Amino acid sequence: MDEDVGVNIIIAQVCQRLKGSHLHSHLEKQAKECLHRPEIKLECIKDDVRSFLKETGWERKLQNAVYRELHTLPPPSHTVAPPEHTKEPLSYMRKAQACWEKRILKSLNSMCTELGVPLARKRPVREQKDLVHKWTEMGTNEPDLSNFRPVYAPKDFLEMLISLRNANHDSSDEASCKSHWGLIQVPLNVKNIPEMRKVFVELGLGTSQLGIDDNIHITPDLFENEHVRLGKRVVSEQDSAAAQQYSRQGCPTGLRATLWALILNCGNDLEDVMRYEQLKSGVIHHDLLVDSLIYKDVKLTASNDDYYFVFEDYLYQILLCFSRDTTVLEHFIYNSATPPKSSVQGKQGTEEYALVYPPNGVIPFHGFSMYVAPLCFLYNEPSQLYRIFREMYVRYFFRLHSISSSPSGIVSLCLQFEKLLQIHLPQLFYHLREMGAQPLRIAFKWMVRAFSGYLATDQLLLLWDRILGYDSLEIVAVLAAAVFAFRAENLMEVTSLAAAEAVLADLSTLKVMPLLQIFLFATVI
Amino acid sequence: MSKNKTAGYRGHHSYQKRKEAEARSFIRYRCGFTNTIQDVLRQRPGWVEVKEDEELDFNWCDVGWLRENFDHSYMEEHVRICHFRNYYELTRKNLMVKNLKRYRKTLEREVGHVEAAKCDFFPCTFELPSEYHLFVEEFKRNPKSTWIMKPVARSQGKGIFLFRKLKDIMDWKKDGSRLEEQRDEAQVESYVAQRYIENPYLIGGRKFDLRVYVLVSSYLPLKAWLYRDGFARFSNTRFSLSSIEDQYIHLTNVAVQKTAPDYDPERGCKWPMQQLRRYLTAKHGAHEVETLFRDIDNVFVHSLQSVQKVIINDKHCFELYGYDILLDQDLKPWLIEVNASPSLTPSSQQDYEMKCHLLEDTLHVVDMEGRLTGREKQVGGFDLMWNDGPVSRENSGLETLGSSCFSPNTNLGCFNDRENQLRHLKVLPGQKSA
Repeated sequence: MDEDVGVNIIIAQVCQRLKGSHLHSHLEKQAKECLHRPEIKLECIKDDVRSFLKETGWERKLQNAVYRELHTLPPPSHTVAPPEHTKEPLSYMRKAQACWEKRILKSLNSMCTELGVPLARKRPVREQKDLVHKWTEMGTNEPDLSNFRPVYAPKDFLEMLISLRNANHDSSDEASCKSHWGLIQVPLNVKNIPEMRKVFVELGLGTSQLGIDDNIHITPDLFENEHVRLGKRVVSEQDSAAAQQYSRQGCPTGLRATLWALILNCGNDLEDVMRYEQLKSGVIHHDLLVDSLIYKDVKLTASNDDYYFVFEDYLYQILLCFSRDTTVLEHFIYNSATPPKSSVQGKQGTEEYALVYPPNGVIPFHGFSMYVAPLCFLYNEPSQLYRIFREMYVRYFFRLHSISSSPSGIVSLCLQFEKLLQIHLPQLFYHLREMGAQPLRIAFKWMVRAFSGYLATDQLLLLWDRILGYDSLEIVAVLAAAVFAFRAENLMEVTSLAAAEAVLADLSTLKVMPLLQIFLFATVI
Repeated sequence: MSKNKTAGYRGHHSYQKRKEAEARSFIRYRCGFTNTIQDVLRQRPGWVEVKEDEELDFNWCDVGWLRENFDHSYMEEHVRICHFRNYYELTRKNLMVKNLKRYRKTLEREVGHVEAAKCDFFPCTFELPSEYHLFVEEFKRNPKSTWIMKPVARSQGKGIFLFRKLKDIMDWKKDGSRLEEQRDEAQVESYVAQRYIENPYLIGGRKFDLRVYVLVSSYLPLKAWLYRDGFARFSNTRFSLSSIEDQYIHLTNVAVQKTAPDYDPERGCKWPMQQLRRYLTAKHGAHEVETLFRDIDNVFVHSLQSVQKVIINDKHCFELYGYDILLDQDLKPWLIEVNASPSLTPSSQQDYEMKCHLLEDTLHVVDMEGRLTGREKQVGGFDLMWNDGPVSRENSGLETLGSSCFSPNTNLGCFNDRENQLRHLKVLPGQKSA
């Protein structure tokens, strides 16, 4: 009985979400128009309309939309639980997140005051015209960014996470062999290897996949050709759920863009294009302080990357629009973070009211642009690239820089990484700890960016295939541990944090799938 | 080193080479450069540098030396030199165009229209001042198009400019009415005017061209190898036709880019060929990209065939060419230029390693040590592209039996498994085993 009630609630929630959406109006329109068709009979109009919608692929579109909503639906909660429990059930996490937000907002405001730059200003007409003209080459602008600094860098965030404590958990009297050696000291439930073997079944030694079985020395008839054929069928069926399942074994390079768009249920129809144009005009009309932060970040990170420097212009076109996208605020229902509010002077000069700043509620940090850079490899139509990035952000990336207990949240990933290391490479972990080189201090920056900018592009995309395929970021923590396992021999020789950093400085030659496979399925338990 | 009878037939030629290599315990070389090639030669086991007047077995010379000394020097049979005597038939822009045009006509006459159309990979080009009037005719037919002027003999992007109006190139008008005091030299330098490709393929809004390496070990019969690595060179600034004056946009030579105001030397503006191939595959699908790379193979083969009968074939000679290819938005490759002395100066650590491997593999193919059987289809990162006829990939699979499907033995932009391949070769004397 309870299950039925639960399902009914979910159905109600999904219907609520889809009501009034573009898809809803399209379906209605299609249903109305099909009434003219001869095969629709009045006697069984309901069934006939249904089969028409099925044959023309509209039912599949609806299926995909429902599937998408299920992804972002918050877990079912108790009827009397307040809304903040949906964002984050554990109160100490909520408090820590609030504290962190206060800090970064303070930092942003003080930068604003120090530099005398307003948080937002309307552009003069001349400047607007200039920007329209240079929209596709904003990388050629050379604004003076020397006084701007990123609001925070991953390592600042790490310090925050290290200080997290659950007041109800008393770890003082635990024996040392049971205690946790790492930096994260909160008792979250994270999966161990036997549990992960059950979840990541398709990565097993007995299953073929891209990143391993498409190696140049293996004849493509054994796996690759068949896999590509299957991929083409999945694309022609336009089935979002099938695409997600398929992606677990990797997406072929030629089909990846289409498959990811299918998994994320991101089309590129007129509404998307119009939405993007709207955001673009928002950028033209107003200049935000965060724009300078975005500029600085792109110049410091993506522009200096050997591969992503080419996409510099796209990054501005995406990120500046992203800052102004108020629909992103919807994801704060299930994000432990709360959009920062900044007080704005009213027109009369006396009243103040709070406004979400930036409009999308997301303050960029150092390295933020690297979430977008790999996607430029797959999509070059700005409106589609934007849709994909936005969806990736509200499904996955936001979890990498907010404090929560979610299994895909950065706190869990850090803990999972440390636990894997402690259980399976205790000698290495102990040695590094003794040398003052806590492994998390090195691995954190990889995980916050989901390895973007650290792995070779093709390897990164294979990793992100699995993030999408399993709808979870846990694989990122596993990879971090697998990298340490791979370089264990050299790491045992180091005597300082700097030396450990040097051993792990260059990951560009790593092949991720063999590393993951060996770590998950060949480790002796 | 004993003769290995079970290895099958070995040509007399390589046997001779081996005997001679055996007789001498080292290979004497001279090198006219101080960059990457010098490092590679120095590190090759059993190779010793010799001075100017001494006898040598291997000469990596620059073209200046070649011009002055080739005709007067006698080389023993085993000696190898890195240029063909009249390489410029392929590399000087006016001669290449002349040879290609002539070859195209021959193909049209002897084979047919379709085959001749395969030579349409060079943009419409005229030599100035000699073909000035022909050029003007063509120019007037399409008055809105943009043309690029390139000096015939210079490199690194020097002297190149774009124009749209005839008055910009008055100096090359072939009627002697120009003012003498306007030019320092008595005669105006030879240039070619080429139709500018106005719809280049852009990545991230930027124009790029491809640098590909082709090694020719002989012209008669034509034996050519294609290196798997290469790179795409990006222009630092954004492409737009409106600013013809900004030569930084239109020229993608690294040498020119290095002087552009926003050039960041640490960054470099190159993508390895593998990255480019993957990007194009992600955008267009594997099939279209396969077709593109076959079209690129076609550029190499036809350009070499066009000079095959003109180049003085000499068994002492081999040559490593740097081909510059431009892609347009329809994924059609265009031949921009062929370089007989492609730059070996590295722009980054990664670039240095690539060039080292390229040069090492070149020396493996030249095979002074006599290790090859002559039947190899791959040596290091080089795939044998043409051996007096097209070379097919091995293990084509059952599906090609009986079908006209031909799978060429080229892997440009694919994984370079040179280390693996080199393990099949005998270890060089003095080399530490892998």
